[in-house]
Amino acid sequence: MIDKTVTSLEAAVAGIFDGATVMIGGFGTAGQPAELIDALIAQGAKDLTIVNNNAGNGELGLAALLKARRVRKIICSFPRQADSQVFDALYRAGEIELELVPQGNLAVRIQAAGAGLGAIFTPTGYGTLLAEGKETREIDGRQYVLEYPIKADFALIKAHRGDRWGNLVYRKSARNFGPIMAMAATTTIAQVGEIVPLGSLDPEAIITPGIFVQRVVAVAGSAALAA
Amino acid sequence: MNKWTRDDIARRVAQDIPEGAYVNLGIGLPTKVANYLPKDREIFLHSENGLLGMGPAPAPGHEDPELINAGKEPVTLLEGGAFFHHGDSFAMMRGGHLDICVLGAFQVSASGDLANWHTGAPDAIPAVGGAMDLAIGAKQVFVMTDHLTKTGECKLVERCTYPLTGIGCVDRIYTDLAVIDITPRGLEVIEIVEGLSFEALQNVTPVPLVHAPLAPRAA
Repeated sequence: MIDKTVTSLEAAVAGIFDGATVMIGGFGTAGQPAELIDALIAQGAKDLTIVNNNAGNGELGLAALLKARRVRKIICSFPRQADSQVFDALYRAGEIELELVPQGNLAVRIQAAGAGLGAIFTPTGYGTLLAEGKETREIDGRQYVLEYPIKADFALIKAHRGDRWGNLVYRKSARNFGPIMAMAATTTIAQVGEIVPLGSLDPEAIITPGIFVQRVVAVAGSAALAA
Repeated sequence: MNKWTRDDIARRVAQDIPEGAYVNLGIGLPTKVANYLPKDREIFLHSENGLLGMGPAPAPGHEDPELINAGKEPVTLLEGGAFFHHGDSFAMMRGGHLDICVLGAFQVSASGDLANWHTGAPDAIPAVGGAMDLAIGAKQVFVMTDHLTKTGECKLVERCTYPLTGIGCVDRIYTDLAVIDITPRGLEVIEIVEGLSFEALQNVTPVPLVHAPLAPRAA
């Protein structure tokens, strides 16, 4: 019997190694797998490269991982926010490397990794600082920049419900990067509000088919949100 | 000098958004446009974090931390609205499916280059978000901004000195002094705030302006 569910957050993050590239879902705190991040902090892996839209909000979740100095580099689109003080301090002190990527390029580079593409030509960023030194090409009268896939060793994502095969459904705008990160990581770990019996998710409504998911852990509390 | 208020500018932009348009309103000033969309038009608001058919802020006490806009503020979803992931959301931009986006600006050049993400200051922490994707993706790019900076420099310039967001992407600028189209024929002034002459507008604008062919001529 295939059972991708694990019974503890500790088991969920087992094996994340020093120097790993870890994608973390979420847009701000919506869809951020805060409990998995806390488990990763407790687990102790360091020198991580993190892929996220932001660089942490407030002091919890991704910000706490940064504060614990486990992150060597962050790949994101929008680090600076009113409450990004943890990142700001590390960045100004030269203690974290930043790769700034336009948000759509971040998404499509993650998608390219999940889809097995070698690279993509994107019009976004052409002629700007963020395309400096990159190969460009004119295709059908329009200018494009060559960008490479972003893949990861692990993805930590948050979904609404999941089953033992790893099928996932999401909730509202917490979906954001979850489905595409799940496709781009060797090992995708999903925290869900509720694990439901196989067959109870409507096959027409499954957003992430279980092939993209390796571990599922239930986190009480994210279910309360659904009420 | 007479000036339109920020709400006046938002109201003016809203007038130009037609029934059935798919529209993204950028973070900050452009968000105000939503308050003035004519109630008799069905307009689809897109939010980069995966919403179409975005509705207004919820009543106090009804906020949902998993239902937010690009500025990470609580919003609602209209009947008929949809959720989707980031790949699809940015395909809507990059793929040319959005009709209009409204963005803020540090500078706009006479040829429609936009600078709105980074001052380039050495101590600034850069953040770009979805600005570059919106700038090159939407069929029409509207910019909403003050005409002059706080220190009196015009935001309409011959060449942007701030780092670019996109090249030749801006179609129309709504400022607190005028509405100006960027066209192959030049910067065509469509409307000027009441009491300001075309010459006075030109005096504070370091790039040549022309009267729009069909616009009523300002005194």
